[in-house]
Amino acid sequence: MKFRLPFAPLVALRFLREGRMQTLLILAGTTGGVAVIVFLTQLITQLQAQIVDRVLGSQAHVVIRPAEEVNRRAIDDAGFASIIEPRAQRLRSIDQWENIARLAADMPGVTAVSPVVTGPAFAVRGQASKSVALMGVDAERYRRIVRMEEYMVAGRFAVDGTRAVIGSELAKDLGIRMDDKLRVALPNGRDELLQVGGIFDIGNKDLNRRWIFVTLPLAQSLLDLPGGVSNLDLTVADIFEAQPVADRLRGATSLTVESWMQTNAQLLAALRNQSVSNNLIRSFVVIIVALGIASVLVVSVVQKQKEIGILRAMGASRSMILQVFLIQGAVVGAVGSVLGSALAFTLLNVFSAIYRNADGQPLFAAELEPRFIVMAAVVATFVGLLSALIPARRAARMDPVQAIRS
Amino acid sequence: MSTPVIAPVIELAGLTKAYNLGTPVETEVLHGIDLSLAEGEFAALIGPSGSGKSTLLNIIGLLERPTGGRLSIGGRDTASLSEAEITQLRGRSIGFVFQFHHLLPAFTALENVMMPTIIARGRADDEAEATALELLDAVGLKAHALKKPAALSGGQQQRVAIARALALRPRLILADEPTGNLDTHTADDIFALLREFNRQSNCACLIVTHDPRLAARCDRIVRLVDGHIADDSPASA
Repeated sequence: MKFRLPFAPLVALRFLREGRMQTLLILAGTTGGVAVIVFLTQLITQLQAQIVDRVLGSQAHVVIRPAEEVNRRAIDDAGFASIIEPRAQRLRSIDQWENIARLAADMPGVTAVSPVVTGPAFAVRGQASKSVALMGVDAERYRRIVRMEEYMVAGRFAVDGTRAVIGSELAKDLGIRMDDKLRVALPNGRDELLQVGGIFDIGNKDLNRRWIFVTLPLAQSLLDLPGGVSNLDLTVADIFEAQPVADRLRGATSLTVESWMQTNAQLLAALRNQSVSNNLIRSFVVIIVALGIASVLVVSVVQKQKEIGILRAMGASRSMILQVFLIQGAVVGAVGSVLGSALAFTLLNVFSAIYRNADGQPLFAAELEPRFIVMAAVVATFVGLLSALIPARRAARMDPVQAIRS
Repeated sequence: MSTPVIAPVIELAGLTKAYNLGTPVETEVLHGIDLSLAEGEFAALIGPSGSGKSTLLNIIGLLERPTGGRLSIGGRDTASLSEAEITQLRGRSIGFVFQFHHLLPAFTALENVMMPTIIARGRADDEAEATALELLDAVGLKAHALKKPAALSGGQQQRVAIARALALRPRLILADEPTGNLDTHTADDIFALLREFNRQSNCACLIVTHDPRLAARCDRIVRLVDGHIADDSPASA
């Protein structure tokens, strides 16, 4: 048995093949459009993911802090004017932090919880002193919040006793090398001699200058927070679910809970604006491609008048003629999406070879996610079908006698 | 012995056709045509240009609808049929042969002959292909089955068109000056082919022609003048 196409696709494909130049032009247009859309989408998705990844590289997804202290009125003084001064927030521990940490760890979507004690201090060496942030952590747990081991330029990310991990800028500023000594002095008069057991470069000079990691107990005693922690850092499975997780935790604990999405509201707004402009570009390209397909098919309908009339005289119904032209649109869209995806892949390869980051790494990976190819195929086929609708209806409505005579 | 009742393949009663109805330029081109064609009949439709021959042929071929009067095909009154039913009836029971062959240039001769079957059945099948090849063989073009129309001569093209008109073994063949643009020798061939199929399959044929020589070789001559049938008589052989 030979494979035989049904009437509509048979005639549609033959018409496309016959109108060689037109078909090539319309295909080229569709291919270009699909390539632009797929390329842009893939590029922006990758770049955005990289930006988010970089930002979250040195941040917890969600941070739990003690509730802010506010001044309350001692007496209900309705009718009396009064000024309530905002209160200075002193360093405090989270009440019952072990319970809160357990609660947070049990919350769906949360993958890691790390207690942190953080407070201001000075790093002093000889005549030089630098203002720093003392970070008391359990290195093992903190690694699941910020992948510190990836940033180490010397030593390991491990703290115990008086061994500390400092940033590369601070090390440079104070002329410190591995195993050197370093004094930290606190506003409350306490001080401690630390030994540098590791140096990190987190990719952010400010943090490289400020962070000093020590053990949790050491930071607790230096900061006068015995047994307490100043915040709980959380990692969540889906970074864009950080906000709902934060909201739920806030509801459950009435503590101050902030997600990275709140802390980086500007970045998120920028990403969102980028997505909006990307969508705008994509919509215009889709419209232009649709108009291209429609206009070429309109011409094709006029050129094929006689054939349409002959087919009608031989008993082809209006709906059969309609299908013939709809299929042409869909085929152009489908084939264009395949060629366009291939072109986009080529473009990604070319551009990733040209554009490189400061460190010489490609700015983006030359890979195309299958979901974008599927998306392009579905959208292009649908757009092809839709743009063929007007020409196809015109063909179907054609009077066979007029068509044959023309 | 009683005379067998021959069912009329087409029957027209008081059929009229007007264009631009309801406008100041309304023109009636057919004024009450009564005509019937029986199975196996081979009739010529003649008349001067503008007498309404083509319009009449288009109406009988269900390509146009009459303005008034009655048209039955195979005993079915066509007035009550829907657009889709008309299209189906046209495809299955009428074969057209046009003056300018009107083959589909994108398809081979074989595919052109198969096209009415593809339309009627939704897709081609082995049987349709075998029938089409038989028909091409009968018109002497089996060797050219896989050629596109552009690669065939005018006479060959018209023979393919005849084969196509016969593909579904229609009860009625309508030919609009089938030999109009052919030389006399080729025209005779084409005419002979039509005649042969008419005898073989007993289908009714109505042939519009300008050529009195060919008209004389039909069974019957219907002469149309100014939208009236002026004369309807057996051809004087």
